[in-house]
Amino acid sequence: MKHSDREVTLLKGNEAIAHAAIRCGCDGYFGYPITPQSEILETLAAEKPWETTGMVVLQAESELASINMVYGGGGTGKRVMTSSSSPGVALMQEGISFMAGAEVPGVIVNVQRGGPGLGTIQTSQSDYFQSTRGGGNGDYNVIVLAPSSVQEMADFVDDAFTLAFRYRNPVMILSDGIIGQMMEKVVLPPFKPRRTDEEIYRDCPWATHGKRPNRPHNFCTSLELDPQVMERHNQHLQEKYATVKAKEVRCEHFMNDDADYLIVAFGSAARISKKAIELLRAEGLRVGMLRPITLWPFPTDEIATLALRVKGILSVEINAGQMIEDIRLSVEGRCPVSHYGRMGGMIPTPEEIAKTITSHIKEIWTT
Amino acid sequence: MKQEIIIAGFGGQGVLSMGKILAYSALMEEKEVTWMPSYGPEQRGGTANVTVIISDQEISSPVLSQFDVAVILNQPSLDRFEKAVKPGGTLIYDPYGIATPPTRTDIAVVCIQAMDAVVELADVKAYNMIVLGALLEVAPLVTRENVLAALRKTLPERHHHLIPLNADALDRGASLVHA
Repeated sequence: MKHSDREVTLLKGNEAIAHAAIRCGCDGYFGYPITPQSEILETLAAEKPWETTGMVVLQAESELASINMVYGGGGTGKRVMTSSSSPGVALMQEGISFMAGAEVPGVIVNVQRGGPGLGTIQTSQSDYFQSTRGGGNGDYNVIVLAPSSVQEMADFVDDAFTLAFRYRNPVMILSDGIIGQMMEKVVLPPFKPRRTDEEIYRDCPWATHGKRPNRPHNFCTSLELDPQVMERHNQHLQEKYATVKAKEVRCEHFMNDDADYLIVAFGSAARISKKAIELLRAEGLRVGMLRPITLWPFPTDEIATLALRVKGILSVEINAGQMIEDIRLSVEGRCPVSHYGRMGGMIPTPEEIAKTITSHIKEIWTT
Repeated sequence: MKQEIIIAGFGGQGVLSMGKILAYSALMEEKEVTWMPSYGPEQRGGTANVTVIISDQEISSPVLSQFDVAVILNQPSLDRFEKAVKPGGTLIYDPYGIATPPTRTDIAVVCIQAMDAVVELADVKAYNMIVLGALLEVAPLVTRENVLAALRKTLPERHHHLIPLNADALDRGASLVHA
């Protein structure tokens, strides 16, 4: 099958993540099975990349072990990753905080399911707070990419590694059961070789890849008992996060040029919302959408600009209303902001979203 | 053109596989396609369903509540999805095990005796291909040639000897529509 000379295949989102990892020069994957993301580990095991690229694939004994293997691998400058679903990612938060503190790059994939606790195996977006507020202890942020298609599942793996090493910071791909389980057309990225040891020595002078002549020992640690030094380290981290906020915001505009009303949605909720917009546009209502692609850093300025000219914003999330807080912080009262969502594994339908918009136009967004 | 299809039945009837073959066939025709399965407890022995969307344009939502075509293979699925067919749409069902047949009059209802037909075949696992043959006779979403091409592409080589059986099942399914 050729679409303009590129190989098009049909894959589940989870399978696309696994194939993309092998192709983008990933050195290691450490994970523990959990629905709805087990196909990532299963696909890697079936593909046996250790026989081709030399990539290590290991089923760890737990999520705690997985994230600490990522901490260790990342500390040596290797491109390493793990994946899990919500309760498993909750277990990893300590390790992610340690990585942020020690400035160790790594990629964590969260194919979300409903909570709290073990919750449900059905889809959800209720880990927004956990992902965008750090999740573990301390003043830190994780860069969060939110794919809304199988193609983006494939594309964001390499993007995540690039960001992780550019900023020496953990990067999360925040997906969900819908995007992970559905099959769509996808063009996989071209093969890129794993970095050689010499390339890692060159690109990661901070990494603990063995003592080299003419340089001091490298340490990867989050512990510093001198508060003055630790405050300087925190200031450095905050400066880094400010740079990320200034440079790495990504979002998609959908039918916003003439929009009177705006939906803000990410991931699978954005896909469902697009269908709702098709229904509303057919009724002559000018509704558009802003889809944050990076959830942290959040597209604050873009939303603030749109808030000046739309009559109302609906945050559509598959949760009780989490991203709406970031939208309100961006809008700063310039226009009304409401939330629509479902919980516990239930999925909002396009019709429900369209009905919410039409009733808001009649009752709340009257100007 | 866009077709929104739900296929629903018991786990083990080949519902998800049938959707997958349909999706691969659409890929062979260079259409846009999404395949969204139920992956919950229903897949582990209860009822299973899959939404397949085939379109000439980019597909928005992979999950839907209204369908152009519903393929229904058991009573719980009929109870759940008969009302989800768009007015003017099509419902195809196998009457085997159905105690309460569909009643809607604003949609086309097609009854296919696929369970009866499959016992005449060498392998009862071809049941879903009989149903797919009937579906394609009613709604020509993809060509028979592309279904077979999709099978050749997706089946491991060691199973390719089963392709003639599948072709036969497709034809039997198509003939059931006019039975």
